[in-house]
Amino acid sequence: MTELFIFFEQIYRILFLLVPVLVSVAMIVWLDRRVWAFVQKRRGPNVVGPFGLFQTLADALKYIFKEIIIPASSNKVIFILAPIVTMTLALIAWAVIPFSETFVLADINVGILYLFAVSSLGVYGIIMGGWASNSKYPFLGAIRSAAQMVSYEVSIGVIIINVLLCVGSLNLSDIVLAQKDLWFVIPLFPMFIIFFISALAETNRPPFDLPEAEAELVAGYQTEYSGMMYAMFWLGEYANILLMCAIGSILFLGGWLSPIDLFPFNAIPAPIWLILKILFLFILFALIKAIVPRYRYDQLMKLGWKIFLPFSLIYVVLTASFLMYFDLLPGN
Amino acid sequence: MIAHAIVFYIFSLIAIVSAIMVTVSKNTVNSVFFLILDFISISCLFIMIGAEFLGMIMLIVYVGAVAVLFLFVVMMLNVAQQKNEWFNSSGTSSHIPIGLLVSIIIFFELIIVIGGWKYKPELLDSIAIEINTDLTNTQSLGSVIYTDYILVFQLSGMVLLVAMIGAIVLTYRQRSGVKRQSYFKQISRERKDGIELVDVENNKGVKIDA
Repeated sequence: MTELFIFFEQIYRILFLLVPVLVSVAMIVWLDRRVWAFVQKRRGPNVVGPFGLFQTLADALKYIFKEIIIPASSNKVIFILAPIVTMTLALIAWAVIPFSETFVLADINVGILYLFAVSSLGVYGIIMGGWASNSKYPFLGAIRSAAQMVSYEVSIGVIIINVLLCVGSLNLSDIVLAQKDLWFVIPLFPMFIIFFISALAETNRPPFDLPEAEAELVAGYQTEYSGMMYAMFWLGEYANILLMCAIGSILFLGGWLSPIDLFPFNAIPAPIWLILKILFLFILFALIKAIVPRYRYDQLMKLGWKIFLPFSLIYVVLTASFLMYFDLLPGN
Repeated sequence: MIAHAIVFYIFSLIAIVSAIMVTVSKNTVNSVFFLILDFISISCLFIMIGAEFLGMIMLIVYVGAVAVLFLFVVMMLNVAQQKNEWFNSSGTSSHIPIGLLVSIIIFFELIIVIGGWKYKPELLDSIAIEINTDLTNTQSLGSVIYTDYILVFQLSGMVLLVAMIGAIVLTYRQRSGVKRQSYFKQISRERKDGIELVDVENNKGVKIDA
């Protein structure tokens, strides 16, 4: 009986996390379009519901009622599996994100590695979708995307090593608690910038949205998808963006910690601070989409391998020597 | 504990079935996907025995990087057709003897290793390191690798470096006539390098691209 109780309790906890995440993904799509519109002096979606808040729900409804078209020459199993993989991987990563000291679904010892592993699996949804469509544009988009994501993962990995050197633990709660006195964005500011740009590339956001560059590849790996399956790709992509913002705020902006440990600030509940930081990073993402032109593919690769990777490697050496020299290494 | 056993058997069953499917399935891309499934279930098994660091590294390195490159190669080159030819050709393949030899050697190696465990348990004890349950997995691994086995660890790093350089040397080729972008050149370009005022004589024209 108690096992059953624990089982249902876990399910309730998962639902309590995932439903808000899915709702906020819908809201974040609206926010993205709104910010984009304001930069370009348009109004953006403002018709459905107050301020157009329900625009995404209306869009989702439209997608659900559209016909799903599966190309005759596609590999049907993998074609259907691809959006499911994208969506699932975007959601399971939220299991380890700590919203406060106690509010975390799974407080595992290797939390940051888990996040890194899940985000490196994200490329499969795209490759599978592109290959299974059995068509030129999706395939080219998938190949581009795979190369891009693998390259930028390397630099993200090195940046994570930088943070871990200052923390001494792979646990996400420990990473946040280590920033109690000083957020890592201050000593590791260059790494924060590189992480932000790599996160843009990792989530295929403009200016690195080459896998779906409409001027060259129609819609990249999504070309053959329609209806609900397209919507799943789309939601998975935004869930991934939100996740990258969450990782960024945990690694560099002090997670759930309040900026000043004084009364009016630390009275605000911890999850609110994390959500505010995620929103801040997301608005930066949205602004970048509006103001920066798309990169050329060779420029993208050059930036990843020839600039970011050596720079973050040198920064690892610098951080390590600094910590060693001033005897600041987190001991055990 | 029963739930633990059930989950263990589920993961091992998936691992074995997908390992068989890697060799059996006719479509090469499907083979790679089954290989990925195999990697994932094995990393789940690692996590189940408490080796969470190894499990995650397995996911990151094998699934996140190595299998992606496999997929790349399999999708770009038309390996599928070649494999089909092997399957369909009735004649004897020249690869079979070599493959058989390699698999027999691996089989005997496995027998020697497992037999050693079974008949000489003290073999295992002498090299086993005491497990400290207070430390996390990552810390205990690091404290062993970077102290007792530092030489082997560094050497394996050097082997990987040599392999990487070798791969680059093998595939590197210098092509002529490729136009490369140099940010430095672009930025340091000045007006006087770009613009030239020429007095053109009537009916003569100017030679551009000199």
